[in-house]
Amino acid sequence: MVTWADGNVPRVRIVVCVKHVPDIQSERALGPDGRVVRDGGDGTINELDENAVEAALALVEASDGSVVALTVGPADAADAVRRGLQLGADEAVHVVDDAIAGSDVIGTARVLAAAVRHLDAQEHVDLVITGMAGLDGLTSLLPTALAELLDLPALPLAAELTVEGSTVRVRRNLDHASEVLEATLPALVSVTDQANEPRYPNFKGIMAARKKPITTLTLADLEVDASRVGALGARTEVLEAAARPPRDNRVLVQDTGDAGIRLAAYLVDNQLV
Amino acid sequence: MTAPVLVLVDHTEGGAVRAPVRELLTLARGLAGDAGVHAAWAVDGVEPSAEVVAELGALGATHVHRVVADADLHLSAVLAEALASLLDATGAGLLLLVSSFENKEAAARLAVSTGAGVVTDADGLALVDGRYVASKTVFAGTWTTTCAVTAPLAIVALKPNSVQPSPAEGAPAPQIGEHVVAVSDKSRRVTLVERTERPASGRPDLGSASIVVAGGRGTEGDFSVVEELADVLGGAVGATRVATDEGWIGHDAQIGQTGVTIAPRVYIGVGVSGAVHHRGGMQASGTIVAINSDPDAPIFEIADFGVVGDLFTVVPQAAAEIRRLKG
Ligand SMILES: Cc1cc2nc3c(=O)[nH]c(=O)nc-3n(C[C@H](O)[C@H](O)[C@H](O)COP(=O)(O)OP(=O)(O)OC[C@H]3O[C@@H](n4cnc5c(N)ncnc54)[C@H](O)[C@@H]3O)c2cc1C
Ligand SMILES: Nc1ncnc2c1ncn2[C@@H]1O[C@H](COP(=O)(O)O)[C@@H](O)[C@H]1O
Repeated sequence: MVTWADGNVPRVRIVVCVKHVPDIQSERALGPDGRVVRDGGDGTINELDENAVEAALALVEASDGSVVALTVGPADAADAVRRGLQLGADEAVHVVDDAIAGSDVIGTARVLAAAVRHLDAQEHVDLVITGMAGLDGLTSLLPTALAELLDLPALPLAAELTVEGSTVRVRRNLDHASEVLEATLPALVSVTDQANEPRYPNFKGIMAARKKPITTLTLADLEVDASRVGALGARTEVLEAAARPPRDNRVLVQDTGDAGIRLAAYLVDNQLV
Repeated sequence: MTAPVLVLVDHTEGGAVRAPVRELLTLARGLAGDAGVHAAWAVDGVEPSAEVVAELGALGATHVHRVVADADLHLSAVLAEALASLLDATGAGLLLLVSSFENKEAAARLAVSTGAGVVTDADGLALVDGRYVASKTVFAGTWTTTCAVTAPLAIVALKPNSVQPSPAEGAPAPQIGEHVVAVSDKSRRVTLVERTERPASGRPDLGSASIVVAGGRGTEGDFSVVEELADVLGGAVGATRVATDEGWIGHDAQIGQTGVTIAPRVYIGVGVSGAVHHRGGMQASGTIVAINSDPDAPIFEIADFGVVGDLFTVVPQAAAEIRRLKG
């Protein structure tokens, strides 16, 4: 649920961060360098970032604000911001640079932070919205790290998001508690899949997106020191990566009246319970 | 080269240490050697009792720090500032946390402010040639990786059920200290308007339970069969997103990529299809059992023991038989 309270609706500019990831329905793999294998063409926008785009669009619909879709990634990551445009974003920015390859989360956050600052210098940014996690790495670290780098208040994991005047309020469900957080704009919010139901792009949106340019930026454009991102700047290094072997000795029984008893025996005999 | 290890002690509003902290301390003890294990207790309205201090000590904490701040330590910015100053004060080379959403937020901030290398959702950690090397599974539990921290400071968030907790032998009583933090204005910009801790269900905690019974759409909203099996096994109750979206059970029971990630010794899926989003949260379980009427359900691809059948007959029969066998 994303709502502007009635009345005082300012013009807001929202940057929404979208990530290009391997399709989670596909066979995913890590290469010998420990990096996600990105060829095969079955990349897609991180599903959870559609919730972020939806949240941004719903907020600006109530005003005459604008939404910028932003991604950092290799050439085909442009698909993620294109999807953002099709859904209704007004602008798209793709940061692409060979030196970014191998970045850890903090490296990616540095590049995104520089891009948000770049956009903010052009026209004030009120809100940055991200997904709750990348379904490839599932670190969930990026949103808070980005807020810290941008020196913005962070309201992560919004299941509900409201903006009233310049106050942003978020309800979130944690492992053991639920919380309501509040801050004054500008701020950063990450949204969960509970926040809304993402729309699908319609024909009009797809046609309109063709006319909207995607701005491509490099590290030099953003004045980011290349040694602080990419594999050079990473503080973790993948040593080994291997596909897990399938489970062996698997048993499948068809119930003919005693499957519950056989299940109980399996658990007890194997000392599982 | 061993450095002191700092462990954040997750605790309930009532002042009880959460179970996974025992794993952290067991692990920390082995990694710190003589350098010492520092346990950080955030005094957010509740003090560590004498029993708690004794419990932490028995698990290997050499120091217990009561962390007191002039702002709400439930806010990640406040917690991160407090932990940063405690890392400084203790000279710790490693911060160990339970892998929860809140702790990961603090870890992300610390990565920026301290330059630490962070690994989240780790299921193991060792010191290899002076570097911390963590293991974790990725891609919905289908790949295993190991990852070295190359920065001088490591932050590792460990998944519950990764380490067998054990008491330290002949551990002396820990030293108790107070660590007072004056929080910067910058960390006060978010207001915690409301925080409601969920009451304990009487069943084990889903995230750290060793047995989990999960119900899906197949239950058609009747969770009593799921609960009955969980109770006879002393397990926790979990669910798919379909079940929580339908309101059959609270959202906190959701297992999966956008819910809780679990790795219990035994996972039992009841009327669960095994969609990739759900598998991402449970595929690392020790033994996977599934009951589903559809022989083609994807969960059977990963089940050690699968039953093709109607959950409403199979599950009560299994529960009754286990009750009988256990006497
Ligand atoms: C962005 C995103 C994030 C998501 N995150 C999560 C997540 O974190 N966790 C999660 O669980 N899902 C998540 N989902 C949803 C996920 O894709 C699936 O829709 C969901 O897991 C399916 O739940 P289910 O197995 O209960 O239902 P279904 O897929 O409908 O399966 C029900 C199963 O019950 C069986 N059945 C029916 N009747 C009986 C009977 N009488 N006896 C035995 N078996 C029976 C059927 O054969 C079927 O296999 C997410 C989806 C999206 C898009
Ligand atoms: N390379 C990227 N480009 C744009 N946004 C990103 C990128 N990586 C992460 N994000 C955003 O950060 C969120 C959390 O990602 P992560 O911390 O990687 O799990 C995602 O849902 C995105 O909104």
